[in-house]
Amino acid sequence: MSLAEGVAGLLLISGSVLLVVAGVGIVRFPHFYTRLHAAGVIDTLAAGLFLAGIGVLFGATLGTVKLLMIFVFLLFTSPTACHALARSAWLAGLREPAATIENAEDSKSAGEPR
Amino acid sequence: MKHTISLGLLLCLLWWILSGFAKPLLFSLGAISVVFTLWLAHRMDVIDHESHPIHLSWRLVAYWGRLVREIVVSNLQVLGVILSPRSNKIEPHFLEVRIHQPSALGKVILANSITLTPGTVSVDLDDDRLLVHALTRETGQAVREGQLDAMVPGDVEEVAA
Amino acid sequence: MMLAAAGVAVLVAMGLAMVRAFLGPTVYDRILAVNSFGTKTVLLITLLGAMAGRADYFDLALLYALINFIATIALMRYAGSGELSREEGEDA
Repeated sequence: MSLAEGVAGLLLISGSVLLVVAGVGIVRFPHFYTRLHAAGVIDTLAAGLFLAGIGVLFGATLGTVKLLMIFVFLLFTSPTACHALARSAWLAGLREPAATIENAEDSKSAGEPR
Repeated sequence: MKHTISLGLLLCLLWWILSGFAKPLLFSLGAISVVFTLWLAHRMDVIDHESHPIHLSWRLVAYWGRLVREIVVSNLQVLGVILSPRSNKIEPHFLEVRIHQPSALGKVILANSITLTPGTVSVDLDDDRLLVHALTRETGQAVREGQLDAMVPGDVEEVAA
Repeated sequence: MMLAAAGVAVLVAMGLAMVRAFLGPTVYDRILAVNSFGTKTVLLITLLGAMAGRADYFDLALLYALINFIATIALMRYAGSGELSREEGEDA
């Protein structure tokens, strides 16, 4: 087994573990809003590790560029879909019984860029 | 006009990467599709600094670097919550924070970044008040302290005027 | 070998997403599960490409990611208003 294959295997296996764990989270978490977070893990880190692993296998080819594009596309669309889901659930009146609403108005604003 | 040319170049590059061809016939087909897409975008009136923010590309790259670190850290926190055998580790709560982005583009970047980070999802945006759902105290901490807010490139609003 | 193992992991995760899609309880849970299922399909297609050693599969994966996103937005609109098209200005 070459070095590239070893690295790719490591990335793929850790990505697989994340996928399954996040899948468990989607089933196990108690409420819709909490399940959104588990789905977020799949869209960011698990997908990233997976695509990076396959990219290592393909080396510096056009295929790797395409994988990168898939990843960037996922990064752009997944928060949009996620936010749209959360917002429409919120506007439709879905509330989480256990959750409190906290106002963090005056907590911190130092270190602003302008 | 500047944005149209930049978008056209981007589309040409995209076409070439996706096809990988360099024959004259296919090239001309690609050119036609690029022109067609530009015409469609023009007709939809979506070519402007918001859909295609060339003026802040480099600042954004630096921002993404820091965002990636945030994402990895919060991913690990969420995974810890999923794997913990006790269910009382979950403390879901809504956070209402005031954000300091003057431009619509800055607000979009911030809200999307918060959603992209697992453990926090932006639920509703009303003017400068953002409603965020957080999975635990820990994952909500960065939003509560406004770290991402301070990280968004400050020159976003300059060209937006 | 490791590709096959990763494929099994993706299929297991898909099964878990399916469980959530069946359990619900709200329509938003189901849409979330379907969206997540679609993301895993994208990963599965790229895995198939790696198994076959052909980069052509990645085009399919990219296309599937596009369709998945649009389908999620369309489903949500449908779930919210019961119709897919809305006249201009009606959108609040």
